[in-house]
Amino acid sequence: MKLKKKISILDQHDKFGFWGGKFGGNFVPETLKKPIHDLEILFNKLKNDKKFLSERDKYFKNWVGVPTRFIKLNNLTKFVGGAEIWSKVVSDANGGAHKIYNATVHCLLAKKSGKKIICGDTGAGYAGKMLSMAAKKFGLKCKIFMGVKDIKRQQPNVQAIRRNGAEIIPVYSGSQTLVDAVSECMRFWVANCDTTAMCVGSTVGPNIFVKICGWSTSQISRELKSQIIEEFGTIPNKLKLYNCVGGGSSSFGFWNEFMDYDKKQVEFIGVEAGGPSKSKKHAAPLTYRSKIGILHGAAQYVNQNNEGQIEETESISAGLDYPGVSPLHCFLKDTKRARYTAASDEDALMAFKIVSKYESIRPSLEPSHAFSVAISESKKFSKDTIVIVNSCGDAYKDRKILKKKLGVSL
Amino acid sequence: MISSISQAFSFAKKENRPALLTYTVAGDNTKKNSLEILKSISKHADICELGFPHNTPIADGGQIQTSSYRAIKNGTKFKDVLKIVKNFKKSKFSKPIILMGYFNMILQYGESKFLKDCKKNRVDGLIVVDLPWPENKKFAKKCKKNSISFVQLISPTTSKNRLKSIIRDSHEMVYYISMLSTTGGKLKVSPFKIISNYKKIKRINPSKNCVIGFGITKNNIKNLKAADGLVVGSAICREITNSLKKKQNPVTKVSNMVKKLKYKIL
Repeated sequence: MKLKKKISILDQHDKFGFWGGKFGGNFVPETLKKPIHDLEILFNKLKNDKKFLSERDKYFKNWVGVPTRFIKLNNLTKFVGGAEIWSKVVSDANGGAHKIYNATVHCLLAKKSGKKIICGDTGAGYAGKMLSMAAKKFGLKCKIFMGVKDIKRQQPNVQAIRRNGAEIIPVYSGSQTLVDAVSECMRFWVANCDTTAMCVGSTVGPNIFVKICGWSTSQISRELKSQIIEEFGTIPNKLKLYNCVGGGSSSFGFWNEFMDYDKKQVEFIGVEAGGPSKSKKHAAPLTYRSKIGILHGAAQYVNQNNEGQIEETESISAGLDYPGVSPLHCFLKDTKRARYTAASDEDALMAFKIVSKYESIRPSLEPSHAFSVAISESKKFSKDTIVIVNSCGDAYKDRKILKKKLGVSL
Repeated sequence: MISSISQAFSFAKKENRPALLTYTVAGDNTKKNSLEILKSISKHADICELGFPHNTPIADGGQIQTSSYRAIKNGTKFKDVLKIVKNFKKSKFSKPIILMGYFNMILQYGESKFLKDCKKNRVDGLIVVDLPWPENKKFAKKCKKNSISFVQLISPTTSKNRLKSIIRDSHEMVYYISMLSTTGGKLKVSPFKIISNYKKIKRINPSKNCVIGFGITKNNIKNLKAADGLVVGSAICREITNSLKKKQNPVTKVSNMVKKLKYKIL
């Protein structure tokens, strides 16, 4: 299995939609074949269409608010005492997280296809919040599927979704988290694909949804690349990009523009959710070598039992609490382009505490996982190493959990 | 040699009625009861579909989800599904059995081993909900080699060209999904429209047995009598759920229900 250079990894799949011959694909009911095919045709046409690109850029610039900041974390660097630690503050984006890019693009596509309704899944609530914002902006009716457990633990985003006029459909099945929300959303699409567009909230799902999401979040690394060159005059010799990985949309977007660099120069480190340190459950299929299976229409490494039943996950971070992972990350893992590891709930909480103590940013529990590993590894790096952490979400949504676990008030 | 699935269709045709296909989930509500249910409904049904339950089904509605979760909770494993089939096939009113489920279960069991064990236990056919054409071409061929009929699915969204290719690669039975819906949705298309779509499929190759499923209940089944076969699934699963709620015996309740369904299409 090999990564090709000079061709977007998003296009490195075979005719059945598999990356590396085995990740991704389209394991979908017959009913979805046509709407997926229609979406493929539409997206493949528009992704190279200058008018569409300038429309996208217009909304990204004026509405999403790009570029997001790229800042040095001076105090944290001093405290850690190793590599220079920087952050790409993607949570600056309108709505407070990277999910806005994918949501905006899906709403633009829905408009072009003449659909009046858009449905989407959400875990942490950011994908749902952003989709509801974008739907409102573009005049689409919006339905958000969310697990009951997540509705309870991510109230600020739930309220935001409702304020944007979207309908939240609580999902009671299974573990009542993201995995069930995605299933229920797909089921809704199966029954309503003639009138409704679907937005999958991460780089997961049938092939085309992986591609659209990865294409959208790549805005992050496009900005970052020019910001780095502006700051350092060149791409530094030792650059390390840390990002949390749940479905994998923010990390993919954070890395994509740097794909062709040698990993000795630009290393990618993906941090999965290891769950509570006392629990055997986790949401880290790459770190803990889960077997390949099929989840939500795509082959991927996924937490499952011998029979192929998808296993329940556990993580303090709703956004990472997913048993599978993007086929793109499976491909990056097996080609050894990226390295994956996990941080526990406790690690993430500690990292939040440290970062918010020394710096003015407040990463949500998802990027706090990435900060945790970045902090502990940076200690060992030389001073000319540049570590960048994607702070892809804001912690306001976690204020209840942070109050309870750390006693901090946001 | 004519397959037992084809035989079931010709038998129904001789009686001038559609074949009645039932769907139940293996292990629902218990492993033992699901075998008893199969045995008792097979007096009235022509072909029995048996679901092997998966916990992340992307095309099933609430009723079948409930049945599947119940079966998984009971500890139903694939080997139990095979055991149920084996015992059913030994019984007096044995009928053709079509297993139905999601591809990940087959993948984890091992494609070849799965088919070998299905054959050994006398499974007649297979429906894999999330393995559409053309992705299923190789696997369908493997099924045929093992004398297992692979059932292709067709939906209202299937384009004409695609339909032709699917029919070309299909075995003795195809399954037409009546409407855009997960299983068990309320029938939102008129039976007239469904039958007219059904006829379009039959016109391509009249020799393929085409069944209609999704949304069929005792209230609408007689309006779809023109089909080669009709599948009732969610309505049966609901009956099991209701009988459990009322502390009634699911075996007799389901059996009575299938008997009534049969009367409606005679």
